Amino acid sequence: MQQQIIRETFHLVSKRDDNVCNFLEGGSLIGGSDYKLIYRHYATLYFVFCVDSSESELGILDLIQVFVETLDKCFENVCELDLIFHMDKVHYILQEVVMGGMVLETNMNEIVAQVEVQNRMEKSEGGLSAAPARAVSAVKNMNLPEIPRNINIGDINIKVPSLSPF
Amino acid sequence: MSDVVEKTLTALPSLLSLDSQTVATKLSSTSKLGALIRGITELRSKHEEEKLIQRELASLKDQVSSPHTSMRQMKEAMVRAIYCEMLGYEASFSYIHAIKLAQQGSILDKRVGYLAVCLFLKENHELLLLLVNTVLKDLQSTNLIEVCMALTVVSQMFPKDMIPAILPLVEEKLNHSKEIIRRKAVLALYKFYVMAPNQVQHIHNKFRKALCDKDPGVMFASLHIYLQMIKDNPEGYKDLTGSFVTILKQVVSGKLPMDFNYHTVPAPWLQIQLLRILSILGKNDKHSSEIMYEVLDESLKRAEINHNITYAILYECVKCIYTIYPNSDLHEKAAKCIGNFVISSKINLKYLGLKALTFVIQQDPKLALQHQMTIIECLDHPDILIKRETLELLFRITNAQNVTVIVEKMLEFLHQSKDDYTTIDLVGKVAEIAEKYAPENKWFIETMNTVFSLGGDMIQADIPNSFLKLLSEGFDNEEENKKLRLFAVDSYVSLLEGETRKLPQRFLQVIAWVLGEYSHLRTDLDPAKVMTLLSKLLDIRQISSETKTWVLMAMTKLCSGEASISKAQSVCEDYRSSSDTVLRQRAHELQLLSQDPALRGQLLPLHRGSETLEVDFSLSFLDAFVSEALAAGAAPYKPPHQRHEELAQEKALSLEPYELSLPINMSSYSVSGRQSPTLMSGSSGLSGDSTELSAKGSSATLKLEGVKRVWGKEGYLSKEDPVEEVAQVETLSPLSSPNQPPGAGRTLSNAAAPSETPEPQQEKLQLASSLFVGLSLQTSVCLMGQPEPTAQRFRRKAKTPNSSSSALPERVSVAPVPTSSVDNMLSHDPLEATSMLPEVTHETILPPNTEVNALLIDTANSSPSPSNGVEIPFETSENEIAKTPKHECPVRSLPPDLLGLPHTKITSLCSSQTLDVSACHVEKDDSVSLLIFTSNLSDSDMENIHFSFSTEQLQVSLSSERPLHEILKHSNAVCEYSLTVHAPAIHFQMVGTLSYESSSQSREMEFSYKLPLSSFIRPLVISTEQYGTHWLDFSNDTKQNLALVSEGQDPLTDTLNILKRKLGLHVVEVIGLEGIAACRLAQDQPCLLHCRVNAGTLAVWLRSPVPKLPDCLLYHCQRVLEET
Repeated sequence: MQQQIIRETFHLVSKRDDNVCNFLEGGSLIGGSDYKLIYRHYATLYFVFCVDSSESELGILDLIQVFVETLDKCFENVCELDLIFHMDKVHYILQEVVMGGMVLETNMNEIVAQVEVQNRMEKSEGGLSAAPARAVSAVKNMNLPEIPRNINIGDINIKVPSLSPF
Repeated sequence: MSDVVEKTLTALPSLLSLDSQTVATKLSSTSKLGALIRGITELRSKHEEEKLIQRELASLKDQVSSPHTSMRQMKEAMVRAIYCEMLGYEASFSYIHAIKLAQQGSILDKRVGYLAVCLFLKENHELLLLLVNTVLKDLQSTNLIEVCMALTVVSQMFPKDMIPAILPLVEEKLNHSKEIIRRKAVLALYKFYVMAPNQVQHIHNKFRKALCDKDPGVMFASLHIYLQMIKDNPEGYKDLTGSFVTILKQVVSGKLPMDFNYHTVPAPWLQIQLLRILSILGKNDKHSSEIMYEVLDESLKRAEINHNITYAILYECVKCIYTIYPNSDLHEKAAKCIGNFVISSKINLKYLGLKALTFVIQQDPKLALQHQMTIIECLDHPDILIKRETLELLFRITNAQNVTVIVEKMLEFLHQSKDDYTTIDLVGKVAEIAEKYAPENKWFIETMNTVFSLGGDMIQADIPNSFLKLLSEGFDNEEENKKLRLFAVDSYVSLLEGETRKLPQRFLQVIAWVLGEYSHLRTDLDPAKVMTLLSKLLDIRQISSETKTWVLMAMTKLCSGEASISKAQSVCEDYRSSSDTVLRQRAHELQLLSQDPALRGQLLPLHRGSETLEVDFSLSFLDAFVSEALAAGAAPYKPPHQRHEELAQEKALSLEPYELSLPINMSSYSVSGRQSPTLMSGSSGLSGDSTELSAKGSSATLKLEGVKRVWGKEGYLSKEDPVEEVAQVETLSPLSSPNQPPGAGRTLSNAAAPSETPEPQQEKLQLASSLFVGLSLQTSVCLMGQPEPTAQRFRRKAKTPNSSSSALPERVSVAPVPTSSVDNMLSHDPLEATSMLPEVTHETILPPNTEVNALLIDTANSSPSPSNGVEIPFETSENEIAKTPKHECPVRSLPPDLLGLPHTKITSLCSSQTLDVSACHVEKDDSVSLLIFTSNLSDSDMENIHFSFSTEQLQVSLSSERPLHEILKHSNAVCEYSLTVHAPAIHFQMVGTLSYESSSQSREMEFSYKLPLSSFIRPLVISTEQYGTHWLDFSNDTKQNLALVSEGQDPLTDTLNILKRKLGLHVVEVIGLEGIAACRLAQDQPCLLHCRVNAGTLAVWLRSPVPKLPDCLLYHCQRVLEET
């Protein structure tokens, strides 16, 4: 099923010229008129997102852009081979952008930072065989980065009629 | 920035050709994955790839199942397995190892394990259960990365049943200090909400907290939840409108940190999300909409057109403006925006502009006029999607004047389109507007011909049906009708003379029916010629047996004259021994009727005139058969939904008498179905013989009582569609053939209906009025028992049943239909039973949502009161007493019959110089009594004493034994009220008023009284088995971890004993680390408690049929345990 979707999607997408729009109605293949394919074409690669009507079309187009730029940063000048040989890493990056089908993060720097922590973790494992104990504790103590967002943060003032505990 | 990347990427291929070799070799030298990928790239055929992968999978299988494989190797193998799966080869042997890797590996192995699990397993895969413990462990980990991974996996896929197990942990993460964790937790909760809304209903206030989170990222994540919840129930969140507007205002005016900017636009995705939420909230709500106008205006202004993402915001803005309560100023601005979109040279914007236009067009048709030239251009656009959207737009603005052009365009598109999905959709639309606005007969028939031949057999079933219905019912003008039918006949005859092999089955069926019914209108057409044409159809190999049935039916109507009859005979010879029973029956009918012209003339009158056709809706001619069968011990007929219900109940303990049970029912019908040919002749002979029948019926009183119950109020509803179905049978005889199982099945419910539910005049009237309802086409979901939706397609033409039947075609084949159709119906009956299934579930899904909201509102309303309502009266009263020591203390004692029962301390509610009111409550066996002690301290008597209470959650009634009217001076009186719980709450707050007359002056005094829920809780003594049977029946549940009392030897027993002592729960059983207890609120409002010791805490799970009861009781459990 998945293979069929991929194959037919590629079939649909690859036929399209550059001067047509970046949206496609997938029809029965992807579950009806509520769903749409949104794609971007980079050289030999197509990035295709399948979304339902609760997403903004243009918003997703830019999200793909963010994703690709992030890939570019993480792999330092990304190319197809990077993606093929490190498809697990691509998945990890994607998981930071989209989680459980919902957009999690749209800020590239934040995504890159998250991915970098994981990369550092990987490097530290390189020395794991040498000094396991040290490496393990290093992993344990490693913290996730948080990009300083203190500028202006006090200004956003959200008033929500809150519920009392009970 | 983006341009740079794009350029780099475009330049890549040229670089790759140089680079690829080196990169590949470098990578491949280090890993087996590299070798695999390189191997694949060197292959030349799919077949080779298959062989290679199979080899790879075999070696992988060896590797992962070998006990000597290290985690590191396992991780590497897993990535290769992922790769193979990605190529479409199943590597199911590795699934379990992926879970193991996630469970046992180091953090990096874990990551690969989790990823593999996410990619391998579907959401309801059984192996996922094995992951639960791992996730639990990782959620509790101190390592943030592990927590992150666990949350990611949870939001990706998690077994629904296990949500309660991890919910408390995820909830806890909402208070985590790291925003990324909070954000992921919110998204995980979103997923839970989508999967099981009632599991998370108790944490709605935490969602609010997430919405107010100091980090905008967390707030953004919470909007996902809110969008969903507001979609489900817009009314419940109107109070948040202001908050969302404020947030949007601040975002738009750039109050967010620079970090959130994307191409200098502040948090665009956040804005989009907010605009979507606002549009739902403002829909049909003037008040909420008014709050939004300002910020929408601001958004429109701020979004200067310079980048893709600003268009995204603009588009949402425009959609929002047209969704909410209209504001002319904003509409004007939005219209301008749409204009910019439509004329934009960027193709994506054009597409969205058209979409927006389509959306807006119903409210503002003028807008389409402004852009008509652009729209025309779009029609010839090379992009198929743009064309499609334009046609959609045109479809919305179709009227009688433009229909021909629009249909022409649509058909043009259809000729090019190869996509089934689009074709079906568009064909439906063409049929719809053609029928609605057809300017002339010729055009209509030709258009429909194209529709049928283009749509093929994928066409929606109601298109041919409604087309035939239109032909048979016709318009008000009889002359026009005739012309239309004549044209159809001409057109089809010429079609049949041409190439018929390529015509779709549905179209052939339509042709057959039309020729059968109306070819006699063309007097110069020889019936034998039509017969020949039709019989030629039977010889086509591709033709389905269903179509053959239609053709045979048409021939039955046509066979008059020598040539036709001989033709008919030869056809009969071919099919009377057909293996298809329906076909065989038709052949027999044809044979009989062709041999007996008298019978045929009687059954198929050529010129029936205008007399109204009498249709026996109650199918009384079957009564004899029914009562005979009943007398012989057959079970009475039950409508499918009832059967279904019983089937569901069957799993529980069945107390129903044996004769009502399902199997007998089914078998009796299958028998009668098979025997029907013989029975039919008997029953049709007895048709209308209902007097004799009812006499028979009364002799078999017992059986008929059962029948009566089946056809009581409940059966009545489902009886309404049969009426319309039969009406259809009457007009379109071929349609009752097996291609309509649902309709046919429903008619059966009538067939079995006994005579005592006669056709009331009222039903006819109802039918008439329902036929007058508008021209809508939607095939909406049919809720069980509601006749309207199923009947919808009969309503297209606004006509009374009378006028429609008077406009009926001259030849109506009535008599054969009931006989044959009942036969078919019987065989199709089980189909209907299954088709009912989804509807039932649909109904049961609805309630939880409403409950959720009720809960939310209730807690919001009731919460402020306890804090300011209780203490104050207490304080004042105490002061009062202290100040007036000279008064004698009123004597307060419980009435003798209540003395032995547990009661609270008597507290003073209010007092003055002359009066003192105090109260206590007594916990009786199945209720709570409120005792109010009133002391008259004055020198005059109190008269006309009256208490009134206002409380929403309790029912207060005076215990009649002690009415109170007057209190003499310096004396006391007691008044007893009994309280029962109306809706559970943590505390019940009562506000009472005491009015009385003293010294001929009427006075009033207010007081308030508060009782905890625990006063109403009584032990429920049940056995473990009973507990087990009830547990799953109760739909309201809540789960939480509570502190364990850890003083004694056995913490679980100790804790349960405390609950037993303080709350009056009945401890049913304690087994090892698990314990169960039960209590009740009133006689029939039980609540079951299941607890389990888990890592030093007590995981408590409460279930009850009463909403809110588990939540409230949980609160008390928590309180009790915290106090000790």
